[in-house]
Parts: sequence; C-alpha cells; structure tokens
Amino acid sequence: MLALVVDDSRAMRSIIKNIIKTEGFTFVEAGHGLEALAVLETGEVPDLALVDWNMPEMNGLEFVQAVRANERFNTMKILMVTTETEFEYMSRALEAGANEYLMKPFDRAALRGKLEMIGLIAPTEIQDNE
Amino acid sequence: MPLSAPDYQFLKNLVYKDSAIVLGDDHAYLLEARLGPLAQLEGVADVTALVRVLQKAADPALRRRVVETMTTNETSFFRDIQPFEVLKNTILPELVKKRATERSLRIWSGAASTGQEACSLAMTLLEHQRDVALGWDVQILGTDLSSRVVERAKSGLYSQLEVNRGLPAPMLMKHFTRSGVQWQTSSAVQRLVQYRVMNLAAAWPLMPQFDIIFLRNVLIYFDMDTRRAIFTRLRNCLRKDGVLFIGGAESIREADDAFECVRAGSTHYYRHKTQPTAGIG
Ligand SMILES: C[S@@+](CC[C@H](N)C(=O)[O-])C[C@H]1O[C@@H](n2cnc3c(N)ncnc32)[C@H](O)[C@@H]1O
Ligand SMILES: [Mg+2]
Repeated sequence: MLALVVDDSRAMRSIIKNIIKTEGFTFVEAGHGLEALAVLETGEVPDLALVDWNMPEMNGLEFVQAVRANERFNTMKILMVTTETEFEYMSRALEAGANEYLMKPFDRAALRGKLEMIGLIAPTEIQDNE
Repeated sequence: MPLSAPDYQFLKNLVYKDSAIVLGDDHAYLLEARLGPLAQLEGVADVTALVRVLQKAADPALRRRVVETMTTNETSFFRDIQPFEVLKNTILPELVKKRATERSLRIWSGAASTGQEACSLAMTLLEHQRDVALGWDVQILGTDLSSRVVERAKSGLYSQLEVNRGLPAPMLMKHFTRSGVQWQTSSAVQRLVQYRVMNLAAAWPLMPQFDIIFLRNVLIYFDMDTRRAIFTRLRNCLRKDGVLFIGGAESIREADDAFECVRAGSTHYYRHKTQPTAGIG
C-alpha cells in the first residue's frame, strides 16, 4: 500500500513514516499542499494521505478540498494529522472529505487505530504491556 | 538494594491475597519498577524498605496502594472493536426486542479500569439504540479493584492521548466536550454509566441480573481456582439469555466449562449452556 505523507515538518514526516512503514506502507511525501498535489499528478493514486493542517503555500484543508474535487482520487483515504484540537476544525476537515482525524501528539497505537477505523489495516488485539 | 527472594515472596503473597493477581517468578523486575516510585512517595529508600514498613505494622491503606500499583490498567475506547460490532449488529437488536415490555437493560464492565470500556458500551447504545439509551432504564456498571482508576473513571475526564486511541472523531465530537486540555464525557454518557470499587476475587456484593457482561483482559492475571470461582458467580448474575464477553486474546478453559461459546465473526462470546432456543430469560 502506498501512503502520501504531507507535513511541513520533516521530523513529523519521519515519525509518521516510521510508524506506517511497519504497517506495510511505502510512501511518497510533500512539505505542503501544492507540493502534494504535484506529487499526485505524476504518480499512482495512493491508498492513504496523512495530512497536516498548518503548512505554507497550501494548507491541509485546502488540499483536502482540492483532492476531493477530483474524482481520480476518490479511492484515496485521508487522515488529518494535526495539532488543531478544536471540534470546529474536526468538523470542517470531515465535511471537506477527510475520513478521520488524529490529534498531535499521538502514539503508534493511536495512528494504528485510525488506520483500522478507515479500513486500511485489520484490527489487532491490544495486548497488555507486561 | 535489590529485592531479596523472601521479600519478593512476601509482596507476591500480599498481592495475591488482596487481588488474586498472580505474579510470576519472572515478575520481580515489574514489581521493582512499579513499587520503586511508590517507595519514594512513601518516603522510604527502596522496595526493601517498603517491605519492612509493611511487615512492621498493619497499614491497610499502604497495602492497598501497593496492590493498586501492581495492577495493569491498560485500556482504550472500543478496544478490540469486534465485540462492539457484534453487540451493535446482532446482540443488541435481539435483546431490545426481548426486553420491549420490561424496558430495562443491565450491563457490567467487570474490570473497567479508567472507564473506556463502559463509555464505549454507552456510546454504542447512544449511536445504535438511541431510544433505548435515552428512554429505557439502562445502567452500565463499571467496577474495578483499584480505587485510583475508579475515581478517574468517575471524573469522565480523558486526556488527548486517550481520546486519540480507538475513538472515531465523529464520536469524540458527539459524546465529549472540551474541558481545558482534557475531554469530558457528555451528560448522556454520564447518565448511563456508574462506577464502583469491587474486588472480583473477594466476596461479591449483591449483583443485579445482567443482560451483558464484559470481563475482558483481567482473567489472564488469575490462576485456575480464582477463574473457576469467578465463573461460578458469573453464572449466577448473568440472565438466562444474557451474554458474556471475555478478552479476545484470553483462551480460558474455565470459561468453556462454565458456559457455551458462541463464535461471531472473528470474535466469540459466552452464554448459559442449557438455553432454550427462544423465549425470554
Ligand atoms: C488491563 S485492564 C482491562 C480494562 C478493560 N476491561 C479492557 O479490556 O480494556 C485490567 C483491570 O483489571 C483490574 N483488576 C485486577 N485484579 C482485579 C480484581 N481482583 N478485581 C477487580 N478488578 C481487578 C485492574 O485494576 C485493571 O484495571
Ligand atoms: Mg505544520
């Protein structure tokens, strides 16, 4: 499976990549919305986009709106991954067509859980960590 | 000073006596890792010193803190999602039909930890059986040995890390409100859930007859005798047509002796063995 990681923080992109790599994803990445659209133009349609909100050039919400206006990307699931924690932001993202919403900071279990919710990975049972 | 074998044995016995939790001989590191900080809080040098304090005089409050510190409270909203799917798709619709005249449901989360399981049950009802959740006499009881987690559950407050785990964003928006840096369960959820301290391994208080029991990820800490005693008592407080869920990763022979296992997709639950095919329990 292919994931598009969109975030203006290189550190955040590697955190995300490290987690989803172990879930069997390969990835392409971009530092903001416009760059992400360019990546999408040239390559195959990813199964998943993980999208930050606050970025230069084009923010995450604008990116989601642009992507959802294009039928070619219908199958691509979108997970917002952002420091914005207000309900208003969540509903705007979901209304624009994001499939789920994850607040930063997050841990591996949280990201995994979101990928389960949007049907990209099979649920696994959480073991008590002893 | 590292913990001596007799001191480890002393703590192991104490924890077993008060909670039935079995600490294996390979759990010494876990015990030291968890009780070390408690020793500091209590103002003694290390775990060995803590043992001396416990041996010198009966101190029920300290004892309780020791036992509570040794519990594993790991949980999350909609943990192992399947049981909630089965509830939503088959069990609840059938149960609601059967209870249409009674208009009452009793649900128990028997090792509730900080309450995510009980809240997930409440949200499942609110989402999929709204009239029942709002109009019937519904009680979701969450119990746990540890008063610390019960107090947290009662607060209905969850951190960002906790609401990030297992909780779909639309449910967060619908069933929680912001409270500073935390999230608070809605009044609708709070009206459905109640929490109490209860030790599964001690004498049980008078329990109602439950329609649904969740007893997940706790039996693994107990030995066979404790499990058997618990299943005997579960039989007495599960309604004739009620259902029991244990943890998906818990394959527990004592459960199969006491109940009949029902496979449902990739999960399973238990019900009474001699059950008429239809009829009201
Ligand atoms: C891993 S949590 C399980 C939480 C939840 N049921 C779940 O599956 O996510 C286990 C809980 O069992 C509780 N526990 C351990 N021994 C107990 C006992 N003897 N009586 C009641 N609760 C106990 C612990 O305090 C802990 O909160
Ligand atoms: Mg950013």
